[in-house]
Amino acid sequence: MSLFLIAALPFLGAVFPALLIRAGRNACSWSAGLTTALALVGVLLHAPAVMRGEVIQARADWLPGLGLNANFFMDGLGMLFAILILGIGLLIIIYARNYLSREDPMGNFYAYLLLFQGAMVGIVLSDNILLLVIFWELTSLSSFLLIGYWRHLPEGRQGARMALAVTGAGGLALIGGVLLLGHIAGSYDLTVILQQKDVVQESPLYLTALILILLGCFTKSAQFPFHFWLPHAMAAPTPVSAYLHSATMVKAGLFLMARLWPVLAGTPEWFYIVATAGLITMVLGAVIALFKDDLKALLAFSTVSHLGLITMLLGFGTTAAATAAVFHIINHATFKAALFMTAGIVDHEAHTRDIKRLGGLRKLMPVTFLLATLAALSMAGIPPLNGFLSKEMMLEEASHTYWLDNHWLIPVMVTIGALFSAAYSFRYVVHTFLGPVRDDYPHRPHDPGAGMWLSPAILVALVVAIGLFPQAIAGPLVHTVADAVTGQQLDHHKLKLWHGVTPALYMSAIAVIGGAILLAMHRPMDRAWIAAPRPEAKAIFDRLVGALTALCRGVTDRLHDGALGRYAAIFLAVMLVLGGYAYATGTTIGATRSGMPVTLLPLIGWICLIGSTICVVWFHRNRLLTLVLIGVVGLVVSLSFNYFSAPDLALTQLSVEVVTIILMLLALNFMPKTTPAESSGGRKLRDAVLSVGGGLGVGGLIYALLRGDSAFPSISAFHLENSYKGGGGDNVVNVILVDFRGFDTFGEIIVLGIAAVVIYAITEAVMQTGVRAKLLNRVPDQPVAGDAHPMMMVVVTRVMMPVALMVAAYIFFRGHNQPGGGFIAGLIAAIAIIMQYMASGYGWATERQRYPYHAIIGSGVLVAAATGMGAWLNDLPFLTSAFGYIYPPGLEKFEWATAALFDLGVFLAVVGAVLLALDSLSRYAWKPHTDTPYPMDINPARDEALAEEGRKA
Amino acid sequence: MNMELLVASAIGVLTAGGIYLLLRQRTFPVIVGLSLLSYAVNIFLFATGRLTVGAPPVLRDGVTIYTDPLPQALVLTAIVISFGMTAVIVMIALSAYLSENDDRIDMTDRVEDDA
Repeated sequence: MSLFLIAALPFLGAVFPALLIRAGRNACSWSAGLTTALALVGVLLHAPAVMRGEVIQARADWLPGLGLNANFFMDGLGMLFAILILGIGLLIIIYARNYLSREDPMGNFYAYLLLFQGAMVGIVLSDNILLLVIFWELTSLSSFLLIGYWRHLPEGRQGARMALAVTGAGGLALIGGVLLLGHIAGSYDLTVILQQKDVVQESPLYLTALILILLGCFTKSAQFPFHFWLPHAMAAPTPVSAYLHSATMVKAGLFLMARLWPVLAGTPEWFYIVATAGLITMVLGAVIALFKDDLKALLAFSTVSHLGLITMLLGFGTTAAATAAVFHIINHATFKAALFMTAGIVDHEAHTRDIKRLGGLRKLMPVTFLLATLAALSMAGIPPLNGFLSKEMMLEEASHTYWLDNHWLIPVMVTIGALFSAAYSFRYVVHTFLGPVRDDYPHRPHDPGAGMWLSPAILVALVVAIGLFPQAIAGPLVHTVADAVTGQQLDHHKLKLWHGVTPALYMSAIAVIGGAILLAMHRPMDRAWIAAPRPEAKAIFDRLVGALTALCRGVTDRLHDGALGRYAAIFLAVMLVLGGYAYATGTTIGATRSGMPVTLLPLIGWICLIGSTICVVWFHRNRLLTLVLIGVVGLVVSLSFNYFSAPDLALTQLSVEVVTIILMLLALNFMPKTTPAESSGGRKLRDAVLSVGGGLGVGGLIYALLRGDSAFPSISAFHLENSYKGGGGDNVVNVILVDFRGFDTFGEIIVLGIAAVVIYAITEAVMQTGVRAKLLNRVPDQPVAGDAHPMMMVVVTRVMMPVALMVAAYIFFRGHNQPGGGFIAGLIAAIAIIMQYMASGYGWATERQRYPYHAIIGSGVLVAAATGMGAWLNDLPFLTSAFGYIYPPGLEKFEWATAALFDLGVFLAVVGAVLLALDSLSRYAWKPHTDTPYPMDINPARDEALAEEGRKA
Repeated sequence: MNMELLVASAIGVLTAGGIYLLLRQRTFPVIVGLSLLSYAVNIFLFATGRLTVGAPPVLRDGVTIYTDPLPQALVLTAIVISFGMTAVIVMIALSAYLSENDDRIDMTDRVEDDA
């Protein structure tokens, strides 16, 4: 089975439980289980080849420019983890089916679980470290969903948030580290990076990359000082704890350290950071675990401790230690997952996990007792169980490792760690299962059905089997994986139970006997522990997060206090400072072009423009006057476009001007007609300084531009040259719009359409609120004309309508060769229709409006798109235009161009957008009872006809 | 005194007026200010093609000197888009005024009123 399919299967499978939950809980869990089983089979099919030392690969380019490719590979290490993830995943799915109660949404659970599983499989099979990081982040997100699965529990939500914050922050560090590593190695493919040990370790960036990557690993694998999140994540349902927090997610950090071991390990930096963090975590976790009363908290801290152990082994940097680490990963996954499941069974049956309320379960739950005892003894390191074997290997390695030339420190510390480990393992069994049967359990416990104990039983069977026959069952796998981790062909000693009397055996014996003594003294020690002051990680974390939140909120509130005017002022001031800085430090282009002499006409225009602009500002409180004055400005602007050889712009500006003024007048109808004087003198001065500064800057910049030549030749010559040859049109501006830069125009008509739809949506939303009633009862603040629809206006607009439309058509058709085109024609047509609204009222005009404006916008965009796609039929890129000439009999030469069809799309979109905007605005003014069936209020002809009828009657 | 200075000063005055109105406290002057600023920006972009009189970019036989067509094409769509933008802003301002009976830009006072 392709690695792509193996990696994709859990993701594909995540859909089924979410859908099949309607078909019942069994269908839901079966779909999850079968997908997992299928992926597991896929991995196992590759097993023989991997065991022979082959590496299975699957490669596909994704974003090769970024070095991000969907490359997967599976060697021994990847395969071991894939089997752990999928195999234990399968057991968890079976277990969870019976664990979850009826109220729990099972579809969600399995969907999250499979998402997580897919992300984990992705991590362990990725060949590309960027891809690995993506999956890494996915595990953080999906584990957040799983930990917070019981969303009604505050501990669940807080635990999930803490886990996400810590692992997410580590993930960010990891991204930095991975990018550095890829940069050093020159490739983001693991298979390449793993060959570059010397390059990486000699690089000056090595330490930075190492620390960043280790931050990611340590947060994920709950290493000191980031160990605190794991116990809080235990608020999750037990199947999640068993899966994420024993076998998989917390091992992702270990996996990455093991994966990068060949390039990163072996340096003093690696040893002191990794081995020390691991050692501290191991001892600290073991000590805390002994004093936890919650079964799951005990197991959580024991997990922290064992992860520390494995981290320490990887940190030693020797091949023998790496082999021990691999073996312990396997063993820990088996006994710890089994222990979590037995803890879940106890919780499920006795309705409590508090060890102080338990005891004596041996007689009530014999099966659970047996499984828990075997797994716990393995964790304690009792022969002949598998935990003993790897612990012996660890002790052996530790016994001859020096820390700063001190050969006592590490052996003593690991013995203490092992001692506490034995003690809490014994406590888990003794305080839960042994002792007298109590009569005050919250719920009378008994052994559950096989569905729940089957999964841990399978794992415990492995615990025993590996312990008894290590070489036969686990030997080849451990050797293959160890080769993969170290990147060497190692000489392997056979795994065996009895190594003779070695220092490790003494240390082991001390640990077991000491552990038993510690347990006997547990009661007084527990009292001392409870009385002793100690830092509470959650409180520290909460305070830290609270302080950060308060800081951010303080900054945000001060900056964003809603004073929008001040934001704009700050923005402008910054722009002015930057512009001033650029002006002061940069060089200016000299005046290389001679100035054009001033003639009378432009001077008059200039005086009009400056005068009306100053008046707009001066009289801006009188809003109606402002509109009149701004109309003057717009008119002069369009005239000056015309004067400076831009007839198309002049036409566009003129027609836009009309529409804009109508729009603003409509809006002003509902708003106050004056602006109150409320700016203080200081504020006016500030604004005056900013605006004069801005005006001087912009004016000076364009003056420099106008008098100087461009540094590079303009691309305009190309357009002038090819306008007729390539686009078939004489009007270069229009050809640019519909042909050269047709894609721009296509985007712009879409933007225009969106703007119109936004306006429509705002109106709709506002009309749903109380505004509608307010508008209906509104009393106009100005006298209303008695004749709302005057006869003169109606008659003139009716006569004008066909003329205006004819002009629009003319402008449209000549646009390709003469000033004009779809934009201008669309505006003119829109104005012609708006005039009908103005003359006879909204109600009358709407009744005669046959096509909704949304549809007109949409059809415009579609026509333009279809024209563009037409080019595909000829195997040309999108929007390549074609043109030709036809000679209709009796008429002049007529040009036929696909660009005209595109322009039709522009035309329709503009008409639709303008009308939809104004139509939406008009709906505010519309009142039901003001409608008349007549186009005008006073109509002598109608009066006469009525009189005639009256006479007849 | 030359034509370039005329155009540049006009752009400068439009910009200054636009910025001043943009910094007012009510929606309507801000919209007007934005319109002035749009004029300024459109003429600015147009003027980057330099000023030419009597040479529109419409090809004719025998004529070789044309003004730069590219800024014109860009400004043409800019004019239409700025209409769309103005329309949306007018609509937002109007709807906000109708809903809240207040056309002030700053939201600070209102918060204090509620408190």
